[in-house]
Amino acid sequence: MNKQQTAYWRANIRLISGCLLVWFIVSFGCGILLVDFFNQFQLGGYKLGFWFAQQGSIFTFLVLIFFYALRMNALDRRYGVSED
Amino acid sequence: MDLQTLTYLTIGLSFALYIGIAIVSRASSTGDFYVAGKHVHPIANGMATAADWMSAASFISMAGLIGFLGYEGGMYLMGWTGGYVLLAMLLAPYLRKFGKFTVPEFIGDRYYSQLARVVAVICLIFISFTYVAGQMRGVGIVFSRFMEVPIETGLYMGMGVVFIYAVLGGMKGVTYTQVAQYCVLIFAYTVPAVFIAINVTGNPLPQIALGSELLDGSGYLLDKLDHTLVDLGFGAYTTPFNDKSMIDVCAITLALMVGTAGLPHVIVRFFTVPKVRDARISAGWALLFITLLYTTAPAVGALSRLNLIATVNGAEGTGTAYAIMPEWFKTWEDSGLLAWFDHNDDGKVQYAAGKVFAGDGKPEFADDQRGSHRERLTTNPGQGDIVGNAPFANELYVDRDIMVLANPEIAGLPNWIIALIAAGGIAAALSTAAGLLLVISSSISHDLLKSTFARNISEKQELMAGRLAAGVAIAIAGYLGLHPPAFVAQVVAFAFGLAASSLFPVILMGVFNKRMNKWGAISGMLTGLTFTLAYIIYFKGVFIEPFAANIPENWILGISPEGAGVIGMALNFIVATIVARNTAPPPAHIQQLVDDIRVPR
Repeated sequence: MNKQQTAYWRANIRLISGCLLVWFIVSFGCGILLVDFFNQFQLGGYKLGFWFAQQGSIFTFLVLIFFYALRMNALDRRYGVSED
Repeated sequence: MDLQTLTYLTIGLSFALYIGIAIVSRASSTGDFYVAGKHVHPIANGMATAADWMSAASFISMAGLIGFLGYEGGMYLMGWTGGYVLLAMLLAPYLRKFGKFTVPEFIGDRYYSQLARVVAVICLIFISFTYVAGQMRGVGIVFSRFMEVPIETGLYMGMGVVFIYAVLGGMKGVTYTQVAQYCVLIFAYTVPAVFIAINVTGNPLPQIALGSELLDGSGYLLDKLDHTLVDLGFGAYTTPFNDKSMIDVCAITLALMVGTAGLPHVIVRFFTVPKVRDARISAGWALLFITLLYTTAPAVGALSRLNLIATVNGAEGTGTAYAIMPEWFKTWEDSGLLAWFDHNDDGKVQYAAGKVFAGDGKPEFADDQRGSHRERLTTNPGQGDIVGNAPFANELYVDRDIMVLANPEIAGLPNWIIALIAAGGIAAALSTAAGLLLVISSSISHDLLKSTFARNISEKQELMAGRLAAGVAIAIAGYLGLHPPAFVAQVVAFAFGLAASSLFPVILMGVFNKRMNKWGAISGMLTGLTFTLAYIIYFKGVFIEPFAANIPENWILGISPEGAGVIGMALNFIVATIVARNTAPPPAHIQQLVDDIRVPR
């Protein structure tokens, strides 16, 4: 790997780590480990912890993937490894 | 038009559509057959992945499962969607860059070992066949209930259709039929959900309706459900950890997430897009299309549970006389997925917590004999004990699998919606079955024949071998559907554990750990697979009697067999790392290969 590619891979790993941290917090954090704490709060008729477990985490996953895909397109270009 | 004519018409039209697509998109090369020539648009691939992924279990069983589990249903929702995040970031783009045809092919090349490749094929075939058997059962249920044909006839029809488009079209045909099947199944799933949501809460979006107030002025839907269930002796719907411990919920969720990312028929879909960046965004589209169903399912589950209680226990909450039970009750009773035993001899059906029947709680019917109320007679009534402060003992057995299928009837929706649900269930089952059969056949023709045992066959012969293998795989799947081993339903859930503990870790390390070598990968895969399989058999006893009772006290760290994939995965990582440290590093050209798949260009 040349320098450019090594830097690209590092940036990718950083981005993945950040995304997976959010992934963990919304599902295992808010939806399971801290569900009782979040259930004190209401979101409409939902208890918040219950909402994270059955709705919120899924919406967050969706946002995460699109965010990652778009950020990676930018990284591809910045480090000169884009496919076009 | 009556229901049956409508159902035949809807299913007939959908079959004609699938076959039409297959004829238009025939495969002419092995590239077409294995990966649709890598020409699939990322949005189309997202839809195809969604249909590929959402099986009969997602369509038919999941909402019922959530409706009966309450909060803990979230582990399926998070588990079966969270895997796409892992797929998009950790696997799909790099495997697409690698750019060949099958998952075992990647493992074989990356670990420079035919042995690793053959082990991967074994894992793949094991995972895929357990999974496909469940799909065939789904097809059988839908056919036998809605078309009133024997299960066998229905199965042969389903097999015939899959045969035509999988054998003829290969991945290319399967991809475009899956796009059509996605449209059918999502329409069939959401339309009744919207109708029911409007009926009960006045809000058409099921995702919002679940958190809304009821139209009858009795407060929030979920609060009402909590109270109703507690009054009947159940745990409250939204209260966490009624039936499962926190650690077990964590383990099962993680096993499902990682298992999803490690399922070969899902991974291979990302081989079909033109570019690396298409693979990333395509995972997003796939999850978007899946989210439409997965965020609707909890509303369907909760509403159908509430509807069921209201219909059975009646406005006064004292039960409804069997004689005036609606028609759907009796048709499902005829199919054996619903049963009533009158514990208190009052002629009324009552629903509360507790087991109606002895043993595993399932009814055993006395053939077609009828009781004094014309109900189907059963031979294994339980004690009829009252649970908690419920007003009566439970008298109703409901198979969770019928909730989605029966929901429109329970809610009194028109016939065309019921026909639509039948077509949707079949679309969900067939699309997944076709995807699975395809990875099985390509791993046989490409990984076993072309690359291992018969290296000198021509492309034409390989294509023919792929078609033959698909045909044989369909026949075996059909056999499993006709003679479902008693453990099929349980085993499908375990396919995830096996994928999580065998394939996912070796692919991940193949990309992210340059030092990982063939001995590490092979020993890791075998350790993970063996441990998970042994753990499941130890407690569940597939083919043999279990060795120990399947209770939390006996489990390692309180993790149930459903979550065993997590322990298997951890062992896989540990063993692989230790073995790789103590054996020679991979050769330079393999390290070069890893560098190469890490960048898109």
